[in-house]
Amino acid sequence: MPARKLTNPGKFLLSLLFIISATSLTEPVPAAGLEKNTGEGSNLLAIVNARIIPVVGQEIPSGAILVENGKIKALGSNLEIPAGARIIEARGLTAYPGMIDGYSSLGLVEISGVSATVDNRETGRINPQVKAIEALKYDSMHIPIARSNGIVAAVVSPSGGLIAGQSALVKLDGWTNREMVIKESLALVVELPGLRGGRRGFMGMGGQQAAVSTDRALAELKELFKRARMYQIRREQAAKNLLLPRPDFDETSHCLLPVVRGELPVIFAVHADRDILQTIKFIEEEKIRAIFYQVEQGYKVAAEIKKAGLPCIIGSLYDQPPVWEDGYDSLFLNPVLLNKAGVKIAFSSSSSSAAKDLPYHAARAAAFGLDRLEALKAVTIYPAEIFGVDKLMGSLEPGKLANIVLADGDLLELGTRIERVFIEGREVDLNNRYLELLEKFRKREKEK
Amino acid sequence: MKNLTRQSILIPFLILILAGPAQPVLAAGNLLIKNATILPVSGPPLSGGDVLVVDGIIKQIGRNLSAPPGTRIIEASGRYLIPGIIDTHTHLALSGTNEGTEAITPEVNMAEVINADDPAIFTALTGGVTTVHTMHGSANVIGGVNVVLKMKWGQPSEKLVVREAYPTLKFALGENVKQSNRTLLPGRPQRYPATRMGANAIIRRELLRARDYMAEWERYEKLKNSKNAPPGLLPPKKDLRLETLADLLRGKLYARCHAYVATEMVEFLNLAREFGFKVAALEHAWEAYKITDELLAAGVGISVFIDSWAYKMEAAEGIAYNAAYCSRRGVLVSINSDSSERVRRLFSEAGKAVKYGLTPDEALKMITINAARQLGLDHLVGSIEVGKQADLALFNEHPMSAYARCDLTIIEGEVYFDRDRLLREREAAAAPKGGN
Repeated sequence: MPARKLTNPGKFLLSLLFIISATSLTEPVPAAGLEKNTGEGSNLLAIVNARIIPVVGQEIPSGAILVENGKIKALGSNLEIPAGARIIEARGLTAYPGMIDGYSSLGLVEISGVSATVDNRETGRINPQVKAIEALKYDSMHIPIARSNGIVAAVVSPSGGLIAGQSALVKLDGWTNREMVIKESLALVVELPGLRGGRRGFMGMGGQQAAVSTDRALAELKELFKRARMYQIRREQAAKNLLLPRPDFDETSHCLLPVVRGELPVIFAVHADRDILQTIKFIEEEKIRAIFYQVEQGYKVAAEIKKAGLPCIIGSLYDQPPVWEDGYDSLFLNPVLLNKAGVKIAFSSSSSSAAKDLPYHAARAAAFGLDRLEALKAVTIYPAEIFGVDKLMGSLEPGKLANIVLADGDLLELGTRIERVFIEGREVDLNNRYLELLEKFRKREKEK
Repeated sequence: MKNLTRQSILIPFLILILAGPAQPVLAAGNLLIKNATILPVSGPPLSGGDVLVVDGIIKQIGRNLSAPPGTRIIEASGRYLIPGIIDTHTHLALSGTNEGTEAITPEVNMAEVINADDPAIFTALTGGVTTVHTMHGSANVIGGVNVVLKMKWGQPSEKLVVREAYPTLKFALGENVKQSNRTLLPGRPQRYPATRMGANAIIRRELLRARDYMAEWERYEKLKNSKNAPPGLLPPKKDLRLETLADLLRGKLYARCHAYVATEMVEFLNLAREFGFKVAALEHAWEAYKITDELLAAGVGISVFIDSWAYKMEAAEGIAYNAAYCSRRGVLVSINSDSSERVRRLFSEAGKAVKYGLTPDEALKMITINAARQLGLDHLVGSIEVGKQADLALFNEHPMSAYARCDLTIIEGEVYFDRDRLLREREAAAAPKGGN
């Protein structure tokens, strides 16, 4: 990446100040990202004549967004455009904040059936030591496709076992995995048993009961957390008292320390209503920070989830209802009812090859009653809030990173084309595997 | 892809009670749908339109229609009426999908294993799907004979079968029949074929056998019918496997071939030419965009996913532009679900094609009239036209919109899914009970 030219020391100081303040607000914010300029020699960018849907704040029927050093400086209908700004004409287009995928396997799963290309599932059941960021294939073919649908950031998560590993929050731009980091350790992923044992359970097959019940899984976690706390005490004591030997290195406990200290949140994949209630109790007893994921029967205990202040990442809606008795549309109604109860929700693709479909999950919930603006918020500002990066992204507001998508229509609509995408003020390439192959074989037609 | 081997009796029964009306809400197939935005597929949209159905057949389309007394009237203002959706590739409502022990099993017939209690039938209805082509799986190079069903939830198996459809025989090529993604059990040999070469060779071998078989029967018939028929003439041995293949060679059966990569599709079309059999469509056809000229020359259409890709090596070049690009080049394209889950959102899958180059009307054709043509049913279903069967679906929004939801599904004039009614029933069930 080209080094940033220090043409204006004042601006540099300003951006440095921003980096420092941003860093103190959340976890590591890459200086690298902020250093990227607009690519045309000017660090001022003006997107003009756009319809602007800032998500937070009023819609602007026609206006401009001014971007400086990768951040939104101002937006409005009567904005004065400074001389020297690079102008992006956006007549006929709508500006949205870039979307954030609440849960994905982007960069970890390339071709799901070819194990050489699958890096999201470690062997064994207890893997707090594995980190998604350390396997992230930054040049995955799925990333530019997701980006071409208006997604600018994603949670990338390991999967499998009871403790799957640590997920990361990344932006969908960067020449290395590290350049993509927003939060390299976002949360520890815990997968509690499901309502049905895999796909066969649903089809009236009698189902395969999950090997471990949620009660037992939580009891096991409790033991692990207790062990980690004891491990910490023993290490502290040993450090203070030369007569005490240091305890043997315990990798699991070592990696669970940030969780038991309440520093690293846990994403709990949890499903049935009674399991959700048990997990709430567990979270309160253990005094840990937590986010729920999937929560298919969350709507049945929405008041309790709301009371516990736990946000919910909705799993893929490309699924069947977990049990028939819930009704054919229960998966679609779940986010509607959770939102109505005041629970903070975010949608997810829960995929890599279908990560681009994130907006369609939100729209499906809207088809079943979720307010359309709430659906939009649940792929932008709500995930930003849930992951503690709402000061940086999730809406078009002065001071936030310029993660801007220019669309030729409703962001969540199937036929909408994304014309341009800016990540931290830098326009990103919208070429992708689809287009490369299409162009390659279109040549055959043109040759004739 | 699913292998439904065991079926609990209790659960489908429960579903009958809980999931919705098992019996048609109103029998007899007489309906008047009023004030809908009609997307007939065969012609331009009609706003504020009415459709009159008599005895399950579309009798009249227009504005301000009136119905004979006693006809059920469905008020549809603000909603979109489309032809019932047709899914050209599924495995639902079957109690068994793959006879996977051998590579060649054309003697098996899916019509003999219809499971009318499969909840996937109801799932399909909730997405406006009225007709499906339900097929043998892709474990074998030559699978079984497929069957077309209407999603008449609650009716017995024999009432579901659409006998007017093309009879089709499933073929499969590539990774599934090579068993390349399968871990072999110790001591178990790799099944032949293990390569794409072998897959083609085995098809050729079986078709040559079938030709010989036909010739033997011809010889026998000729001798038997000759003036001086030899005494004690014995007929050739009946072989059900070769009988099916002979029907393919006689043009009585159409091939539907699961194929992903360009080479295997080109070679299958060559085999069809070599042996003179008919191909109704290529299934999945992920690399069809690379060989549109060959498809057009052969007059063979494709039945594909819109964008479900990269789940195995042969799907790694499956671009979301495939359906739209091939359509634009003149190939007959349908979008299929191949899934008892995706079937209920097949309309959204088709809607994605709008992003990749089709108009909403063209996209809608891929799950209605194009699909009907591929099944040989376009004279009966696939569009809203007078004289066609009244298979219809009503949506809250244009069905190619991400915000679309299916509210009502009708087959031959009978309501099989009614969301409004379902919601009313739910409300009634949730309401506090009086008395006692």
